[in-house]
Amino acid sequence: MEAALTKKDCIITSYRDHCTFVARGGTLLEVFAELNGRQAGCSRGKGGSMHFYKKDSNFYGGHGIVGAQVPLGCGLAFAQKYCKDEAVTFALYGDGAANQGQLFENLNISALWDLPAILVCENNHYGMGTAEWRAAKSPAYYKRGDYAPGLKVDEMDALAVKQACTFSKEHALKNGPIILEMDTYRYHGHSMSDPGSTYRTRDEITGVRQDIEKEVRKELDNAVAQAKENPVPESSQLFTDVYAKGLGVEL
Amino acid sequence: MLAISRQRILGQCFQKIRPAVSELRSYSSAAKQITVREALNSSLDEEMSADPKVFLMGEEVGEYQGAYKITKGLLEKYGPERVLDTPITEAGFTGIGVGAAYYGLKPVVEFMTFNFSMQAIDHIINSAAKSNYMSAGQISVPIVFRGPNGAAAGVGAQHSQCYAAWYASCPGLKVLSPYNSEDARGLLKAAIRDPDPVVFLENELLYGESFPVSDEVLDSSFSLPIGKAKIEREGNDVTITAFSKMVGYALKAAEILEKDGINAEVINLRSIRPLDRSTINASVRKTNRLITVEEGFPQHGVGAEICSSVVEESFAYLDAPVERIAGADVPMPYAANLERMAVPQVEDIVRAAKRACYRSVPLAATA
Repeated sequence: MEAALTKKDCIITSYRDHCTFVARGGTLLEVFAELNGRQAGCSRGKGGSMHFYKKDSNFYGGHGIVGAQVPLGCGLAFAQKYCKDEAVTFALYGDGAANQGQLFENLNISALWDLPAILVCENNHYGMGTAEWRAAKSPAYYKRGDYAPGLKVDEMDALAVKQACTFSKEHALKNGPIILEMDTYRYHGHSMSDPGSTYRTRDEITGVRQDIEKEVRKELDNAVAQAKENPVPESSQLFTDVYAKGLGVEL
Repeated sequence: MLAISRQRILGQCFQKIRPAVSELRSYSSAAKQITVREALNSSLDEEMSADPKVFLMGEEVGEYQGAYKITKGLLEKYGPERVLDTPITEAGFTGIGVGAAYYGLKPVVEFMTFNFSMQAIDHIINSAAKSNYMSAGQISVPIVFRGPNGAAAGVGAQHSQCYAAWYASCPGLKVLSPYNSEDARGLLKAAIRDPDPVVFLENELLYGESFPVSDEVLDSSFSLPIGKAKIEREGNDVTITAFSKMVGYALKAAEILEKDGINAEVINLRSIRPLDRSTINASVRKTNRLITVEEGFPQHGVGAEICSSVVEESFAYLDAPVERIAGADVPMPYAANLERMAVPQVEDIVRAAKRACYRSVPLAATA
């Protein structure tokens, strides 16, 4: 996706934000320090796994409430249009979030106002523990835009993804919102509390996995070690950043 | 006169120190009178003129000229790119407003009433209020959520709730509630200029009321500081805190109490979060008695917080228990006689003040 975009384009996603953050220029140390709640974390240890941001690369998080990032992403697209920036916003969400009402509210507004918003549904066919056929009457997520066009893309094919993103960017700048449904697979469980094996078999998982991990393992181990050396935030940090302009109310 | 000297120290405030007489008579007869509606409209106009990043969004704010005419004339002046009529989808358009604020624009989102803000409350709290903290200062959210709050008249339970206590309990938000035209101008301008999310609670029944305003208030650079209450009327015997419409009721109660020799000090909170604890406590240390007044539900309300603050900081100074006047603990009824009973009236404030001053039999303890 990054190959098709520039840093002027905005990306916003759900809590599954670690890789997006790195793709937008975040360092591994910032990732692991944040996960361990340390000062060198991208949110100085105050956000956590679900709240990575990198505003200088137009990456706006990092959101814990399922579906909330879609209206926020349309808001970013609105602002880009307002400022005449000739750039687009990619708002990523999962098949679980695709049923959210606020998503349809935003397709409506984005289409009405011709916002340069690309809604990217990363369809891994499970919403936490619920398979898509049990959650969605119509799992053809790319078709659910009704008046907004949609494309279905094989997310396992990097070149296909790049083509789709390039196309969508041009389309959105001229015509308004478009949906990209990225067909993919989830290796691990939904989160720390989900082993990922209660609703599918182990064989299903290993059949899909690849060997990319071995190469980057060393780089990751270094970053993790560095992160663990990093200090935890100062106690005074508990009360900072509540406001941009505190008016002396912070202790 | 601790409270007065504190107000004087404020750097930002353009106000002159006013004599402690009823505020309706403290200016010369040449003072201009404007309605709260005109005050809000002119503030929006001036802030939009001064900063191209400010834009308005909400239901009927454009072509309809505003459901309550607060945004009248602004579409014609600033165009449809800056005054946006939205579909009736609060969750959707509030999310758009917050996203635009992430990017650096300054949206003013109107809720036709704050009852409808509940549809969007996830974006107000989780997307707006908490972002600066979760991002350790990277993502600030310079947005204003404004609209009428609390009871109107005869609109029933789903259209009458006061949200001051709910929003004011959330760190990361600032919550303001104007009473008169000066408050409306100064606080709205401050809210729009502020880099943090501000919930701006107006009152439908006050929109049409006129108040005198000085030339300073009418100047386009005027603003009031956030987090500072105003002593509307000085007194020595009992402190009455209130916000929005209840300030008017408290002032009327004070005039009635005057006749019985009770000198009430009326504090217009203006800012629910941050709450001006120092002004309130200084006043209670002077008068030794406190009545809190609000329209909203009593449990976990604004009065409960003020009472706690005073107990924590000024317990030794209290000569009587703190009294809370609030709306009745029921959903707002429709019938006019029941509605009257469900909302505080001037007589309720007078009775409570007399109880606090030991002028009447105390309330029997209820279960």
